[in-house]
Order: sequence, then structure tokens, then C-alpha cells
Amino acid sequence: MQYVQQVLFCIMAAGAIYWFSKKVAEIRRNIFLGKPQDLSDNPGQRWNNVILLALGQKKMFHNVPVAIMHFIIYAGFIIINMEVLEIVLDGILGTHRLFLPYLGEFYGWLINTFEWLAASVIVVCIIFLARRNWLKLKRFISKDLNGWPKTDANLILITEIVLMSLFLTMNATDQILQDRGVAHYEPTGSFFLSAQLIPLFENMSDGTLVAIERIAWWIHIAGIFAFLNYLPYSKHLHIALAFPNAYYANLQAPGKMKNMPEVQNEVLYAMQPELAPANAAPPASFGAKDVFDLSWKNLLDAYSCTECGRCTSECPANQTGKLLSPRKIMMATRDRLEDVGKNINSNKSFIPDSKSLLHDYISVEELRACTTCNACVEACPVSISPLDIIVELRRSLIMEESNAPQEWNGTFSNIENNFAPWKFSPDDRDKWANEMAS
Amino acid sequence: MKINTMAEMMANGETPEILFWVGCAGSFDQRAQKITKAFATILDKVGIKFAILGKEEACTGDPARRAGNEFLFQMMAYQNIQILNGYNIKKIVTTCPHCFNTLKNEYPELGGNYEVIHHTTLLQELIDQGKIILKEGGSFKGKKISFHDSCYLGRANNIYEAPRKVLEALDAELIEMKRCRTKGLCCGAGGAQMFKEDEPGNKRINIERADEALETGATFIAAACPFCNTMMMDGVKNREKENEVAVLDIAEMIAESMA
Repeated sequence: MQYVQQVLFCIMAAGAIYWFSKKVAEIRRNIFLGKPQDLSDNPGQRWNNVILLALGQKKMFHNVPVAIMHFIIYAGFIIINMEVLEIVLDGILGTHRLFLPYLGEFYGWLINTFEWLAASVIVVCIIFLARRNWLKLKRFISKDLNGWPKTDANLILITEIVLMSLFLTMNATDQILQDRGVAHYEPTGSFFLSAQLIPLFENMSDGTLVAIERIAWWIHIAGIFAFLNYLPYSKHLHIALAFPNAYYANLQAPGKMKNMPEVQNEVLYAMQPELAPANAAPPASFGAKDVFDLSWKNLLDAYSCTECGRCTSECPANQTGKLLSPRKIMMATRDRLEDVGKNINSNKSFIPDSKSLLHDYISVEELRACTTCNACVEACPVSISPLDIIVELRRSLIMEESNAPQEWNGTFSNIENNFAPWKFSPDDRDKWANEMAS
Repeated sequence: MKINTMAEMMANGETPEILFWVGCAGSFDQRAQKITKAFATILDKVGIKFAILGKEEACTGDPARRAGNEFLFQMMAYQNIQILNGYNIKKIVTTCPHCFNTLKNEYPELGGNYEVIHHTTLLQELIDQGKIILKEGGSFKGKKISFHDSCYLGRANNIYEAPRKVLEALDAELIEMKRCRTKGLCCGAGGAQMFKEDEPGNKRINIERADEALETGATFIAAACPFCNTMMMDGVKNREKENEVAVLDIAEMIAESMA
């Protein structure tokens, strides 16, 4: 019987890891559908960002209470996973509390710490559920989140509550079984928090308790494996991707827009034809119409987004009722990339589907509302730049489709002909100086 | 007061300490011309030898690039860099955060390398060095002033303190708006929005921002960008508060307060 459990466990673990790795490879492939962008400079500063922004969650601390609550879930998640190591080894080896003999009294101290964390995680998850569903915080009741994104967020919180409750249940029943001297349940010393649950179970028979303990153990670990495989489909993927995204965060002045060397050269060759190489092929396209035209960092951004909406709540266009929502820009980019990924999965390579990120997922009206103020970039706790994507799409609109509002066409022709965005004579540029002389 | 162009200086065999990049708004917009004149007066008073490009200056291309018209941006950049490099320009000061950002951050990789500073930074330096001496009990003493952060100075280039330090030197009472510094709300002009109608929404951004500035009860709204200045002024006018609240550039406040 014990062997059957061990074999079942190994099959479950292997399956979970296999499916997870497969999906990770797929996401990696999707991200690298983007254009190359060299971000290998300044490793020191980049590691610093990983420590400050990802590990230290620096930007979350603009709102201290929320930052502390978020940190509890995050620390709880990581630290309790140390216990998962024991659970996995127990599952494979058919042991129970494998580390107990090696750690002695320290073991009890560790489990007690995990229990406190588990309880804190439950409390915070309940508060976060309340914030999302009952307190009607503006960034959580946005139409960006209608449908799946809202369910996704709630599912994550509920799953964490269930997993933590199972962990406590498991320990409570374990303690009763230890006291009764049931075989395999070695004394660990008391666990303060789960001991509070003992009254719920103490009238049950040994057999029932063992069953509850085992079922809680199995659902807990199966839940963790399921959660692992749920991550790649969820906004919760940020717990992993926040780290590389912080590493590859923009290190230049936020006001600097990405240069387009191909356009720079076109202009140079037009001005100085002697520099133009013979038979140089003109650039294929300008700006981004689809995810393939964005950089891999833009696509990593899309997968790193946890849809918190801090960007959108800081966006001046969104705050004044315009259609633009930087969060929606990121969600649309990920949706498109996922659709492209599915297309590749079923066709081996991408078969054009007569859709594109521009127009089908992100509308012209949204793009036109951006003031390039960088508020969204500044607000993002995981170093995402919605602005970079907006500008790339605008470039495609203008340079590929000549799609500009009438006023902008006027502005462009003024800049070109009068060297200023307004229709003034260039001769009057220093009129103010002449006025000062007189 | 005689404002020299680079061409004139070159002809006289002179080199200026600094080039004053005026920008399109500062050159043509009637309101912004006052800022330009105020700043030129300050430079003249403290005895800084400066020049302008005059008719040879052209739009940096900032609105074109942000609208998505990279070709036009590159054309303007090419033209400006040719002129600036031709005059062997080393140091530039500008009263426009958009020009500042483009000259400082975007021209270097196109071959234009200059030391670029924004006028609020220069003003702070001049005050610190004792070169700008302010009147005792100037017209802003004890007055409530609220400073509006320009996106292209603040978030884009991390300059938050220089304009505030200059205002503090006026002995005024600085009142911050709720959204300030890194969280400062845009005036609505950036990204070439200045040159087109708003997209459909329920409020204009400049009115939202002007409301916030008016809420502070300040009698002066200080700006450090000619576009922010126009946007804030329009917002204040829209709320019919232009007789009680003035929108001024920091350079205008300093020019008025100099001994």
C-alpha cells in the first residue's frame, strides 16, 4: 500500500514538473518572438535593481500597509516552500516528517514559524479579497478586469487560503495522533497555532484522523503542483518574472525614446547620398504593428504584468475618462502573444490570422490619448513600460499607415516647412530678441 | 539689451559661455516669449556671455517623435546637430523641458554631444553662487506658491529639487499639490497632445490639474515649462480664477525679484 502511494506521488510530481517545464519553454519561445534588444550592459546596476525592486519590492512601499501585506504573502509563499521540500521528499520516500530526527527541537521551531506565516497569509488574503470584491477600490473595479482577469485574481487568493488551511489542518490532526502514540506519528512538540484547532478533531477516532491527515497532506501537495501549473496561465506569473524584468529594467533616462537607427540612416543617406551604401535594402517596416515587431523586453513586460492597475490609476488620460489604460495595453499585448503562441502550437509555425496587436487588440483611440508623461512607467512595481509599446504602435500608425489626426498632419508640415509646430515664419523666430534690443 | 546670435558672435571672433536654446514656444508663443525675455534678462544681469541660434534654430523634433513620426524627428535632429556641431557648441541651457530632454538624452546617439541644463538648474546654481541677488521683501515674499512638476523635467529626468530650491529663495510659502514630484499629474500637453484636440473623455487633463492647483489656495502657480504654463493658464481661466491666481514661470519670478 505504501509503495502505491509513493508511485502515485512520483507520477504526480513528474507530471507536474513536465507540464510546467513545457509551458515555461513555450513562454520563453513566445518572448523571443520579439525583436532583439541588447540589455547586457551594467550588470552591477541591474543586480542592484533585482535586489531593490524585485526582492525588496521598493515601489510597493509607496503605500506602506499594502506593501507589508503583499510582503507577507510573498515571504509566506517563499518560506513555506521550504516545508514543501520535506513534503516532496516524504512523498517520494514514503517517510513522514523526514527532517524531524535531523533537526530536533529546531524542527518544532521551524514548523511553528511556518504556521504563523500561514495564518498571516490567510488573514492578508482575506483582506485582499475584501479589497478586490467589496471595498470597490477604483483600480479593481475597472472594466479592464471584467471576466477572466477578475476570476483569476480571486482564484489565486482563494487557492492560497485553501493551501494554508490544509497545512494547518494537517498539523493539528498530526499532533492528536502523536499524543495518542499512533505509529509513524513521531512527537514533534506542540505547534502553537494548529494546536488551537485540536478541539475540532479530538473526538474523532484514530482511523478518521489518519484519513483526514493524509487527505489534507495529499490535497495540499496536489494543490501546490496544480498551482505551479496554473501560474503560466495567470497574472500570478509575476512572482517569477518580476525578477528578470527588474534585471532588464530600463537604465536610461525615462524621457529618452528608443532610437530607430534604420530611420536615422535613411535620413542621413538622403542628406548625404555619398554615405549611402550601394544596393542597401530599405527597412522592411517601421514601428510595431504586431507582437513580432516589439522587442523581447516588451513581451517579457507583458508576461510580468500582474494587472494591479497602479499604472492606470496614475495615467492622466485614464483619470480624465479617456479610453487609454496602460494596464489594458499590457493585457492586450499578452493576449495577442498567447494567441500567436497557440497558433504556432497548432501550425508548427505562425500562420497569419488576419489579426494584429494594433487595431484588433489595441485601438487607435487608446494610443492617441497618451501624453507620454511616464506616470505609468514610474508607477509600475515590476519595471514594465507600457509607454514603450504605445510609442512603437504610434510609429507604425504614422509611418506605415499615415494614420494621423488632421491637426497632427498640420503640425508635421509646419515643423517640416517652418521649423516649428505652428505656422509662423521662421524669420520671426528671433523677433523677441529684436524687441528686447529696441 | 542686445541678444547675440551665434552667427554674430562667430563673426566677431567671440565664443559664448553658453548657448540659450529658446525653443519654438519660447520663440513664437506670445505668453512664452515673456519667459524667454525674463530669462535672457537674468543671464544678462548676472553677466553670463550667451548667444542664441536665432533663425538657425529649429524644432528639436520632440512632438514629431512622440507622435510617431520618426522620419521628421530624425530630419530635425540631423539639421540641428549639424548647426550645433558647426558652431562647436559645448553647453546649452533651455527654458523648455521637452527641448532639454531631447537635446540631453536623444541627440547624443545621433552625434550631438553637449552639456545640457534646464534653466531652473542654472538659476539654482546662480543663486547658490551668490550671482543672483534677490531683493529684500520681493513681491513673492510670504506668498503661497504651488509648483507644478513638468513630466519631462521630473519623471523623465529626475529633476524635482532645483525648481523648488529656487522658489524657496523667494521666501515664499511653497504648498505642494496632492499629486507632486514622482506622482505629479501631467498638464496634458506632452506626447504632441498640445497640437490636437483631446480624445473623448469626461474632463480635460489641464482642467483636472488646474483644479488641483487651485485647491491648494496658492495665489501663484509656478511652472518650469512653456507648455505646462499655457495648459495651466487655460485651466485657471476656464475656472474664471485668472484675476486671483497667476501662472508664472520660475524665470519670470526670479527676474521680477532680482535686486
